[in-house]
Amino acid sequence: MVSLLGLIVVWQLAAMVIDDTLLLPSFVQVLAALSNTWQEILTEDLPISLLHFGLGVGIGLLVALPIGMSMGWFRTADRLLDPIVEVVRPIPPLAWIPFAIVWFGLTNEAAGFIVFMGAVFPILINTYIGFRSLPRVYVESAKVLGATKDVDLIRYIAFPYALPSIAGGIRIAMGIAWMCLVAAEMFGVSTSGLGYKIWSYYYLHKMDYVLLYMIVLGVLGLLLDRSFRYVVEERMLRWRAGLMQ
Amino acid sequence: MALLEIKNVGKLFQVDGQDMEALQDINLSIRDHEFVCFIGPSGCGKTTLLRIIAGLDDPSSGSVYLDGDLIMGPGPERGMVFQEYSLFPWRTVIDNIAFGLELKGVNKKERLERSKQYLKMVGLERFSDRYPHELSGGMKQRVAIARALVNDPKALLMDEPFGALDAQTRNIMQSELLRIWEEERSTVVFVTHSVDEAIYLADRIVIMSARPGRIKDVISIDIPRPRVRTSTEVNGIRDRILADLKSEIVTS
Ligand SMILES: Nc1ncnc2c1ncn2[C@@H]1O[C@H](COP(=O)(O)OP(=O)(O)OP(=O)(O)O)[C@@H](O)[C@H]1O
Ligand SMILES: [Mg+2]
Repeated sequence: MVSLLGLIVVWQLAAMVIDDTLLLPSFVQVLAALSNTWQEILTEDLPISLLHFGLGVGIGLLVALPIGMSMGWFRTADRLLDPIVEVVRPIPPLAWIPFAIVWFGLTNEAAGFIVFMGAVFPILINTYIGFRSLPRVYVESAKVLGATKDVDLIRYIAFPYALPSIAGGIRIAMGIAWMCLVAAEMFGVSTSGLGYKIWSYYYLHKMDYVLLYMIVLGVLGLLLDRSFRYVVEERMLRWRAGLMQ
Repeated sequence: MALLEIKNVGKLFQVDGQDMEALQDINLSIRDHEFVCFIGPSGCGKTTLLRIIAGLDDPSSGSVYLDGDLIMGPGPERGMVFQEYSLFPWRTVIDNIAFGLELKGVNKKERLERSKQYLKMVGLERFSDRYPHELSGGMKQRVAIARALVNDPKALLMDEPFGALDAQTRNIMQSELLRIWEEERSTVVFVTHSVDEAIYLADRIVIMSARPGRIKDVISIDIPRPRVRTSTEVNGIRDRILADLKSEIVTS
C-alpha cells in the first residue's frame, strides 16, 4: 500500500516535470479522465470485454475439459488427439485474428474466438497432466471399494485428484485470455471494449485516457485472478495444503 | 464350508520379453471367519497373490472362488488395505469411509451414520472432518480399515498394512485389528514380513517359498487369544517358522 502511494507520488512529480500529456499524463489527469468516463467504462466497455472474456474462457472450458479428461484417461483418445493438439497448440492465439474476422466478422464471437484460442490449451494440458499423474493406488482402492466403471472412476477419483492441476490451468488460461482479449479488441476484431478503447484513444492522442484504460485492465485482471484464487484454491482445494508442504 | 478357495493359481510376468514365474500352483482353502497370514521372503509373490484374490490382477492359470463364485474382477465384497497409504487425500476422513456406500447409492444420512459407527470402531471419532494429511500413519491405516469394513466385505485382504509403522504403534494396531475382527467376524487374509505379527494374529500361517512363489508350509496356531508374545508356545512356533524361512533365503 505504501509503495503504491509512493509510486503515485513519484509518477505525479515526474509528470509535472516532464509536463507533456503525450509522453506521460499525470495522476491527476488520469483521475480527471476517470471522472469523465467511468459511466461509459461501466456500462459499455466493461460488459463488452467481460462478454468476450466469458465467451472465450467458458467455451474454452467446455472444450478443454472433456478432451483433456478423455486424453488423460483413455489411451486411444490420447493417441488419436495428441498429434492434433501438438500441431495446433504452438500457433500463437493472435495469429488466428485474420481467420476470426473472416469467419465471424467484427463481432463479439470473433473476439471471443481469439480469447478461446488463448484459453483452451492451458486448461486442456493441465487437465491431461492431472489425469496422467493419478497414482495407481487411488484407482485400485476405488475399484476394490466398488467403483469399477470408467465414469465412476473419472468422477470420483481422477477428476477430484486432478482438480488442483485443472484449477492451475484455468488460472493460467485466464491470464492469457486477458491478454488475448485486449490484443483482439485492439486489432479491430471488435468495435468496442476496453482494448478497443485503448487503441481508439491512442488515435486521438488522448494519452491520459489510454493510461486510464491500461490501469483499469490491470486492476480488473488482478481482481479476476484474486477472486478465482480465493474461491477455488482457498475454499475448494483445502486438502491440497497437505501436498504442498 | 470353505469361503475362499485358491485353486492351482499360477502367475507369469513378462520381464524383458521373458517369462518370470511369480506364483506356481498355489492351492489353499480359507474357511469362513478365518484369519490367515501369509509370510515369506521379499519377492515371493505375496502381493501378487493378494491382488489376484482382490481381482486387480488375473492369474495366468488356476482360479479363485469366493463362496463358490469365480472371481473375475475387483468388487466391494473383498475389501483391501494396501501397503502404502491409499486414503483419498481430497476427501475428509468420514467421506473416505463413506465412499463405498456412496457408490452403492446409500442416502447421505444413512451413509454418515454407518460410517460414523466404523470410525468409532477404529477409535477416531474426533477426526471425522480432518483430511488424511492431518493424520499419522497409524491413523491412516485405521481409516483405511474402516473404509474397507463399511462395505461389509466377506473377506478383508491386507497387504503389510502395518509395515510402515513403528513397533509400538504396530503392536497396538495388531490388538485393535483382532478386536475388530472378533466384532465383525469377516475372513482376513493378511500379508506380513514379521513372524511375530503372524503368530500374534493368525489362525493359520502360510509360509511361502521364493522364485517361483509356492506354498511351503501351513501352520495352524491353536493358542487362545490374546496371545502372550513371549510365551514358550509362541517361542516354539517362532523358531520353527524362522528355520523354515532361513532355509528359503539360503536356497533362493
Ligand atoms: N507388474 C509386474 N510386472 C513384472 N513383474 C512383477 C510385477 N509385479 C510383481 N512382479 C514380480 O513378481 C515377484 C513377486 O512380487 P510381489 O510384489 O508379489 O512380491 P512380495 O512377496 O509381495 O514382495 P514384498 O514382500 O517385497 O512386498 C517379484 O519378483 C516382482 O518383481
Ligand atoms: Mg508385497
